[in-house]
Amino acid sequence: MITFTLNGNKMSTDAPTDTPLLWIIRDEFGLKGTKFGCGIAMCGACTVHFNGNPVRSCSLPISALDGSEITTIEGLENKHPLQKAWVEHQVPQCGYCQSGQIMQASALLATNANPSDAEIVNHMTGNLCRCMSYKRIKEAIKQVSSASASVVEIYDPKRESILENNKQGEV
Amino acid sequence: MTRLNKTEKIEQSRRQFLIGTVGTGLVMAFAPVFIATASESASTALSKKLFSPTVWFEIDQTGSILVNISRAEMGQHVGTALARIVADELGADWNKVTIKHVDTDPKWGYMVTGGSWSVWQSYMPMSQAGAAGRTVLIEAAAKLLKVQTSDCKAQNSHVVCGDKSISFADIISQGKIDRTFTAEELAQFTPKDPKTRQLVSKPSNALDIPAKSTGTAKYGIDVEIEGMVYARPLVPPTRYGSKVLKVNDDKATKIKGYLGYEILQDPSNILQGWVSVLADTYYGAIRAADAITVEYQAGDTTQVSEEDLINEGEKLVADKTSGGRFVDHGDIDKTAAEARKSIDSTYRTSSVLHFALEPVNAAVEFKDGVCHVHTGNQWQSLFLPIVAKSVGLTDDKVIIHQYYLGGGFGRRLAGDYMIPAALTAKAVGKPVKLVFTREDDSRFDCIRSPSVQHFAAYWDDKDALQGIDHAAAAGWPTLTMAPGFMPDSVDKKVKIDTFSISGADHWYSLNNHRVRAINNTLAQKTFVPGWLRAVGPGWIAWGVESFMDEIAHAQNADPIDFRMQLLDAKGKNSDKAPEAVGGAKRLAHVLKETKMKSGWGKTLPKNEGLGVAIAAGQERNMPTWSACVAHVRVDPETGEVKVLKLTSVMDCGTVVHPDGALAQTEGAMLWGLSLALHEGTSIKEGQVADTNLNSYTPLRMADVPELDISFVENTEIPTGLGEPGLIAVAPAIGNAIFNAVGARVRNLPITPKAVKALI
Repeated sequence: MITFTLNGNKMSTDAPTDTPLLWIIRDEFGLKGTKFGCGIAMCGACTVHFNGNPVRSCSLPISALDGSEITTIEGLENKHPLQKAWVEHQVPQCGYCQSGQIMQASALLATNANPSDAEIVNHMTGNLCRCMSYKRIKEAIKQVSSASASVVEIYDPKRESILENNKQGEV
Repeated sequence: MTRLNKTEKIEQSRRQFLIGTVGTGLVMAFAPVFIATASESASTALSKKLFSPTVWFEIDQTGSILVNISRAEMGQHVGTALARIVADELGADWNKVTIKHVDTDPKWGYMVTGGSWSVWQSYMPMSQAGAAGRTVLIEAAAKLLKVQTSDCKAQNSHVVCGDKSISFADIISQGKIDRTFTAEELAQFTPKDPKTRQLVSKPSNALDIPAKSTGTAKYGIDVEIEGMVYARPLVPPTRYGSKVLKVNDDKATKIKGYLGYEILQDPSNILQGWVSVLADTYYGAIRAADAITVEYQAGDTTQVSEEDLINEGEKLVADKTSGGRFVDHGDIDKTAAEARKSIDSTYRTSSVLHFALEPVNAAVEFKDGVCHVHTGNQWQSLFLPIVAKSVGLTDDKVIIHQYYLGGGFGRRLAGDYMIPAALTAKAVGKPVKLVFTREDDSRFDCIRSPSVQHFAAYWDDKDALQGIDHAAAAGWPTLTMAPGFMPDSVDKKVKIDTFSISGADHWYSLNNHRVRAINNTLAQKTFVPGWLRAVGPGWIAWGVESFMDEIAHAQNADPIDFRMQLLDAKGKNSDKAPEAVGGAKRLAHVLKETKMKSGWGKTLPKNEGLGVAIAAGQERNMPTWSACVAHVRVDPETGEVKVLKLTSVMDCGTVVHPDGALAQTEGAMLWGLSLALHEGTSIKEGQVADTNLNSYTPLRMADVPELDISFVENTEIPTGLGEPGLIAVAPAIGNAIFNAVGARVRNLPITPKAVKALI
């Protein structure tokens, strides 16, 4: 019996301990937002948070889970700013990879609220989007990160002066 | 083109349009003409469902409008585009519109989503349906308001006359409506003046996107049926002719939840030598299938390699008697005999996978004598009869329930993956969800066939280009899956797959032009060739547009100036309404625009270059005019190519859903780039060699170049957009590589090794 926390709820499973977490989430607990894509941890459609870190649930055996905290796309409860940005930027096409993209991106923003372009690309390039909505994924992440940066600006006089200079530069 | 005509016949045969009060709502539907001979009124016919509409929508007494969509949603936001066409003409409040993707009940008519046809084929019928609905609502409102219909207009789900106004909801609650429009009356409705459009061509969010941002969108793989078991298929060593001799499942019996296996007998003969493995969990089925050994008698293609397929293609294009003519203009043999100068080249493309991210799957349940198939599919009407044959039922006893598709790209035009699920469910007498693993999905893919094209160009004694001879050989999807859609070749010698040669009939004016379409029979018997995004033009243009550049360089002409001269819009390349108003002039226009936007002619750093290509996909009967300029940097030491920027101008007529159009074009262009530099597999021992992402490597975020995409603003009839953006990208990249370092690459994908060898 493996016990862990799934989106804040204590859960346990009797499944064989080598079963990948993906199938437990989807078929035992019925949370279908996490998707099966490649089965070898190379597409990212199955990305969930394992104690806050993004992991590929298709390749994570439940034996590794005991006592851990797992968060899936459903655990974001459509409250994450990325989800709003995903709609604003009209990111998804077929949508199949997008739960994984959002979970991967939210893990980045949790530790790095204002990533550079290169940091976004490095962090996201392991997530395949077969429809190739990459441009919009990046733009949506940037919007959320710059929104969080603007909160910082209020408290950062140095940054404010930089922005002032930039504004003048534009004119 | 036969395939389009045939579809038109199915989609737009003479029909009337019925509008009537049914219960407390108002229903609007197309119906076949035979209803006209019945004495029933529109309301009666609609309430008794004495009709077979291909599209219909309804308004309930609260004013909510439901538009039923028979097209598959696979990322193109098709329901949003189609619903906005109807709603605009109706004068509806967009906030009151919802859409529903329907099942295969025959009343919805012929179901296919492909060829970038959806908006193109639906635009007129949807516009006319909306306009008829508006007319009826205005007539009813005028009676209620005691005003003249000519003083009324419909807007925001209200009929307004001066300072009087009544909502659609109130009209429907207060008045009984019963009206039939004949096909002729319906045809009188022309689409609204573009200036008065409220929804079409205006910004809007796609209706399917919120659910796709929360994980709640339901795909085929998410279906659960009470009491179902899971299955994984074992894909046999050859597509044809495999037989199961012996199955050993000793090891599988130790796996928890293993429920046994079934050797599938398929009367439709789509599956040959298949076993499915059952368990009470999918992971159990994966492990049990891995533990089972099957002894096969394989078919005769176990030794076929990619090289064999390409060699066969080369042999076929060299044999002047092979294939059938697709274009036969002027006299190319005479031109060749009299030519002073000529060049010739061979272009090749490798096998390519669809790799839709949702592996193919289906859940099947037999209930009350009906086989219910739950899956995402693009061409339900093609495979429903085959599923019926497989399970021994008549067509009316099979229903395919539609879900979101986790990628289509043409893979799900074939519904072959429903069959193992249906046969397994039938054999075990329980609902079954059968899912292919990624590797199984790749091995069972109907791949884009490897291709070979040969070109020769001829100049006369005045150094004027006189003609081009072109031959193209590949496996043909339509020959295996829908041979009824293949027309005769121009020389009546053979039936040809126009899907697989479209684009060779380009819009350049040439005095002499011959195209031979040839089936690669070795490919045909080794695998099922598939329609892959942009289909024929997706690889034909690689040859056509690269060779056009070779001709331009042979004449020391600028590649854009050279193309412009041939785009004179004369003869068969002139104006053709409604789909090609302006003819090749519009292609010249997008080329000119792209030239300007891309900074064509500017000085670039060493080892960088711009390359151009144009396209008019998907076909001459539905041209979406496009031009693309690629900006590349080549590392001469390694041969590595980096695409820095893609600039493209598209003209698809009216852009119905602008943001959806942009998203489709972004995706299609990056597909073009991925197919040019990142994707490609080979056939090895009769099977796909690269079955997962450890060796099959589609484009990732780090490979995305700057994209500059724009659409020509006009009000012509909308053509398709799901595929055309892809077509010009690979040749633009190839031509840019030539301009950067002088290497003329002729094989897709373009590998660093090949580039380095050519520098």
